Amino acid sequence: MFGRIFHMLLKEFLEVKRDKWERFRLLVPPLIQKVLFGYAATFEVYHVSTAVLDLDHSQESREMVSRFTGNGRFDVEALPSSSQAMRGLIDRSKITVGIRINPQFGELLRKGQTAPLQVIVDGTNSNTALLALDYVGQIAARFSSDYQRDYMNRIFPEYQVMLPSAKMEERPWYNPDLDSQWFFVPGLVGSIALMTIVNVTSFAIVREREIGTLEQIMVTPIRPIEFILGKTVPFFVLGLIEVALVAVAGALWFGVPFRGNPLVMLLGTSLFLISSLAVGLLISTTCRTQQQAFASGFFYLTPAFTLSGFAFPISSMPTVMQWITYLDPLRYYLVVLRGTFLKGTGLAILWPQMVAMAILGVAMFAVSVARFEKSLD
Amino acid sequence: MEPEIAVEGLSKRFGPVSAVDCLSFAVNRGEIFGLVGPDGAGKTTTMRMLAGVMSCDGGRMKVAGHDVAANAEAVKGSISYMPQRFGLYEDLTVDENIRFYADLFGVARTERRERGAMLLKAAGMTEFRDRLAGKLSGGMKQKLGLICALIHRPRVLLLDEPTTGVDPVSRREFWQVLYSLLAQGVTIIISTAYLDEAERCSRLALLHKGRLLLCDTPENLKKRMPGATVVVSSPQARDLRELLAGAEGVSTVILVGAGLHLVVDDADRRVPELKARIQSAGIAFDEITASEPAIEDLFVAYVQGR
Ligand SMILES: Nc1ncnc2c1ncn2[C@@H]1O[C@H](COP(=O)(O)OP(=O)(O)O)[C@@H](O)[C@H]1O
Ligand SMILES: [Mg+2]
Repeated sequence: MFGRIFHMLLKEFLEVKRDKWERFRLLVPPLIQKVLFGYAATFEVYHVSTAVLDLDHSQESREMVSRFTGNGRFDVEALPSSSQAMRGLIDRSKITVGIRINPQFGELLRKGQTAPLQVIVDGTNSNTALLALDYVGQIAARFSSDYQRDYMNRIFPEYQVMLPSAKMEERPWYNPDLDSQWFFVPGLVGSIALMTIVNVTSFAIVREREIGTLEQIMVTPIRPIEFILGKTVPFFVLGLIEVALVAVAGALWFGVPFRGNPLVMLLGTSLFLISSLAVGLLISTTCRTQQQAFASGFFYLTPAFTLSGFAFPISSMPTVMQWITYLDPLRYYLVVLRGTFLKGTGLAILWPQMVAMAILGVAMFAVSVARFEKSLD
Repeated sequence: MEPEIAVEGLSKRFGPVSAVDCLSFAVNRGEIFGLVGPDGAGKTTTMRMLAGVMSCDGGRMKVAGHDVAANAEAVKGSISYMPQRFGLYEDLTVDENIRFYADLFGVARTERRERGAMLLKAAGMTEFRDRLAGKLSGGMKQKLGLICALIHRPRVLLLDEPTTGVDPVSRREFWQVLYSLLAQGVTIIISTAYLDEAERCSRLALLHKGRLLLCDTPENLKKRMPGATVVVSSPQARDLRELLAGAEGVSTVILVGAGLHLVVDDADRRVPELKARIQSAGIAFDEITASEPAIEDLFVAYVQGR
């Protein structure tokens, strides 16, 4: 039995060695994805294109506007002359945020009253809109408190006016700069590994079906399980190499720290790869061509990403969806990845994730093997 | 002597389709047994069940002393099955393909070298042994498939349309290998769409819709042919068929390639009559001659006669 598996392995590595395109497909796209995603996937908002409509032209209004231009968050790209013009800019997606300062802005402030600052925001991308509004709020609040202090000092020049206030001091643990790449880069390792392994495994088996070698091999004394092991072990090894490569590239390129024990990550990766290989095998049992396999891959990959917590927090999902996430091996793997990368956590904390991945992996593999044996008939 | 292959009441259904229907036949050691029938007759299904890669719904199969239905794995070491399209690894060389199949069958290294060299020579492929399988011609791929299938000295060889789409020279070499195997006592079942190949078999089974119509030697089958065959070649074969269908003494008219095969009661009498009739209708034709009945004629005559 081990002899035959060994000969399958030998053949598999020979094929990968011969097939330049296959090697390219295994290594280059994952790294490109890594770099592209690493840069593109971010929650932060910088350089929001902004229009300012200043109808007041007072010293106060100019001061307000200058606070938007100086901080890198907002780029004032237009100074429309009317509300209609500003509206047009938003409609045509030229700008995301429009700020309108009404005629009596300075006058109201000087009288010690509340002066409204109108902010119009393009809510199409709700994440950007919320963050932009938040920044506008912060700028307005800071402007107000500065203005209040100056105002009091002007009225009571004889006192050094002190206004009591509470100030938040942020101490974000594990990611002191709240760099969203630190959040995404470890997650990307898992997502890219999943995508690549599911695809190459299903392709490799479907290709044997397509060119007829699968049927040919099944008339030799090889058993289906031997064939499956011969087919999946190389991709398991490949998955480990790929994870190492993508993780190192991510850490070096994006400067994300790796604080944990590499062996813990190796264990987590191994357990995760079992379920990924199982999905690839399962897809191969229902598909006749590589195109079909590629399309079927999406049926698994899309929900697997969405439910994993890669981008959307699981705790914000509806309860039923949260239950479903327990069936997603990527969910556990991401915890392992972020834990080992950022927090340096070990098995003492990560063992439930390991157990969950082991159970899911073995169950999924067993189902796939059973389906595969049936599909041979 | 016990037959090398014995099939009794073999059946297989795919949903409503009865692909193989209560099939029975026996093949003796050293025989080459032909399965003949149109597409969908059940040839491939029969072969796959015999090879132990498909389960059967009913019946018994004994191949090389093994009960296939009861123990499909046991039979695999003694037989070889070549599907319609033999699966080769195109990124591996000729030698590496042979080696891979030899390894799966557990053939020892010295045995593999000797036998591989011998088979390559017989197939006229020795000089191509380092070429990638993907770079071989269709005929050579088929011969390489046969070599891979023979590397473990099977007792029984199952060949499913092995020479479809193969050039005539490769086909001849292919058959030379088969004859030498028969001489060594290997038993072969072959399905084929080529009549000349069918006539080289020691016995033929005519299959139609999963049922066995007839099973006999090619000579005996031809003797059963009611009447004689007349072949007409013509660029307007369809018009000719219109004209001649139902003519006096003509029982069957079938289109074959660029012409017609007619089954007539008496060739000597009918050929001049038919010739005159075609000429007077003004349809172009090249030749009209009496001919040996082909398996196909027999087939049509038999299916229509039922
Ligand atoms: N895997 C399958 N699933 C469903 N129907 C099948 C399958 N294989 C063969 N058949 C059907 O069984 C019949 C016999 O097919 P086959 O054995 O391939 O015939 P042949 O080889 O003589 O052309 C056909 O009607 C075919 O459509
Ligand atoms: Mg067939």
